[in-house]
Amino acid sequence: MQHTLTVIVEDKPGVLARISAMFSNRGFNIHSLAVGPTHQDGRSRITLVVDAPELEQLKKQLNKLVNVIKVQEMEPAEALEREVMIIRISAQPSTRGEVRDTASLFDARVIDISSSAMTFEVAGTPQHLKTFLEHLGPYGVIDLVKSGRIAMKRESELTPAPVSAGVGK
Amino acid sequence: MTEASKFTGSHSLLRSLEHEGVEIIFGVPGGAILPAYDPLLDSPIRHVLARHEQGAGHMAEGYAQATGLVGVVMATSGPGATNLITPLQNALMDSTPIVAITGQVATSAIGSDAFQEAYTTGLAMHCTKHSYMATDADDIPNLIHEAFHLAATGRPGPVLVDIPKDVLNQVTTWREPHLHNLPGYKPTVSGHPMQIRAAIELIERAERPVLYVGGGVIKAGASDELLAFAEAANAPVVTTLMARGAFPDDHRLALGMPGMHGVYTATTAIQQSDVLVSVGARFDDRVTGDPDAFAPGAKIIHIDVDPAEIGKVRAAEIPIVGDARSVLVDLLSALRARRDPADHPARDEWFARIDSWKSRFPLSYEQPPDGPIKVQHFIERLYAITGGDAVIAAGVGQHQMWASQFWGFRTPRSWVNSGGLGTMGFAVPAAVGAKMARPDDLVIALDGDGCFQMTMQELITAATEDIPVKIVVFNNGGYGMVKQWQTLFYGGRLSAVDLGFTYPDYPKLAEAMGCVGLKVDHPSDIDPVIEKMLSVNDRPVVLEVVVDGEEMCFPMVPAGGSNDRIVMTREEL
Repeated sequence: MQHTLTVIVEDKPGVLARISAMFSNRGFNIHSLAVGPTHQDGRSRITLVVDAPELEQLKKQLNKLVNVIKVQEMEPAEALEREVMIIRISAQPSTRGEVRDTASLFDARVIDISSSAMTFEVAGTPQHLKTFLEHLGPYGVIDLVKSGRIAMKRESELTPAPVSAGVGK
Repeated sequence: MTEASKFTGSHSLLRSLEHEGVEIIFGVPGGAILPAYDPLLDSPIRHVLARHEQGAGHMAEGYAQATGLVGVVMATSGPGATNLITPLQNALMDSTPIVAITGQVATSAIGSDAFQEAYTTGLAMHCTKHSYMATDADDIPNLIHEAFHLAATGRPGPVLVDIPKDVLNQVTTWREPHLHNLPGYKPTVSGHPMQIRAAIELIERAERPVLYVGGGVIKAGASDELLAFAEAANAPVVTTLMARGAFPDDHRLALGMPGMHGVYTATTAIQQSDVLVSVGARFDDRVTGDPDAFAPGAKIIHIDVDPAEIGKVRAAEIPIVGDARSVLVDLLSALRARRDPADHPARDEWFARIDSWKSRFPLSYEQPPDGPIKVQHFIERLYAITGGDAVIAAGVGQHQMWASQFWGFRTPRSWVNSGGLGTMGFAVPAAVGAKMARPDDLVIALDGDGCFQMTMQELITAATEDIPVKIVVFNNGGYGMVKQWQTLFYGGRLSAVDLGFTYPDYPKLAEAMGCVGLKVDHPSDIDPVIEKMLSVNDRPVVLEVVVDGEEMCFPMVPAGGSNDRIVMTREEL
């Protein structure tokens, strides 16, 4: 079972190393990881996607690190989760239109093109990216890079307000 | 201004250590830490020059364990720092407050594979509570203050401060340190009142309660509170290896040490308890055996200052995060609010059961009148002759278990040992540190021959620095505990456990290191040789006790087995 954790840490040298050291030491697995600054000076936010049967213990071990300020689990229903992917798909002149049309259903932007391939940038929920791959994968994936997941707690309790009209967002 | 009169990072370091109340530093100098050793000459802080950084680290641990104060160790970069890894991990496992100061190559050389460079803060990440690298000498007072704060508060532990040589040489000023920089560190001290009330409800209704007491009680200075609560609750008390001395062994409620080599009654009382109150203990595998078979009928009340310990091994019905002392005080007042403490439940059936185990399954051994000497017998004689008024340090192995079993501990901080990490070689340097901390107390290391040979050079430190410790070396000619396992679980195929009785000649070796060397190999000579050892107070003493090489340590729960199956003698296996 995957869990998304958002971890507020002091922006100090070695913080990420301490977290990954703890993970490897205690045998927890990191599925994805994204680190970046927050709106507050001296604070970074780490978003972790983990496969951890013992989530409580993992959260406690994170909290035990001196530079970790806050650990919050993001329940899927209450989280705004996003990933970004850059993907190069095989597209001959004959299939280019079809590939582009399908990709546009996902709000994917063409950011590079060659005689045999198109490269898209696509952002959205993990599910959105998964669905994109299901539809575009069959054309032939040449290369793919995906960011770690980032997440923020939703303020509204209502159904998700779509960021844009993209399919599956 | 001359070079020497400049106030640098090194001066700031010493001034900061003085500000924290440090009186003794255990250490070994070297290239990168050189600048710090110069102002040390003008400081009131005493430096004890160890012969190896590992020894210096264990000395700091012994000092800390015997007092509760933060022990301080200083070493240079590279090998100086890597030699500290064992004591740092040892202190982490046993929650011992120490601060390690290490030199580092100059900032400009970091990452260049410079001479005596090692990534010390990276190495320390895995074996400290926290670590720092100073990058600006102006930060030193705050870093040192934070390091001491982290080492001593919450769940205590080791903290390392790595200081590059150029930072030690940087001109700076000293400012009164402040704690303003730890937004992620707020240990919980008081237990939640609702949980305290729930715990009392459960304890009062219990028919077969046991207080399972760990090292946290000693760290919290909660022995008096524990005694008052145990008496008011009328609950028997087991003390883990780390908690020996937290509760007086001669008390009617004391059952002794539980676990792999624990007292039958202590281990079995836990197994059959209906409410198990863990106070500052962590359900270590040496206590629980097979965790799934551990105290199967017990509801667990788990009190610990470290939330991560609660539920780590065994789910708790009532978790209480808090300092052992604070929680025990609150438990007692919650109990007083319900009833007169003297009017406690009798629990006659439970105590009758316990008494029957005590009489049927006592600790036992046989001392043949003509020898060989049994370690257990020697420890009982030493206890009788000293009246138990001593700080005992131990190494790791059979002798450590026998010391825990046969020494009657009555006061906290009278037992200095390596529990979690099981570090052979701990006893000699730890005893030196303990004696430095408590110069007026008798400090005796009970050590094995295998352990002794790992760190014995620290006796040169003891002799040179006038630290009159007593070291008893039980010489069974090998690694006794390993040999016991090979005998019991590897069909008697003994591999690499024989150290022999020929070398070294312990009394000669002792004399060569500036100590008095004594030897005993016959039971009838034990008392006089103990008297002789105790009469020497101007020098360290090494007493070699030649003991039975075949003796095994029982009771024993084979590793990973259920604590319901305690083996009392070899024949039962």
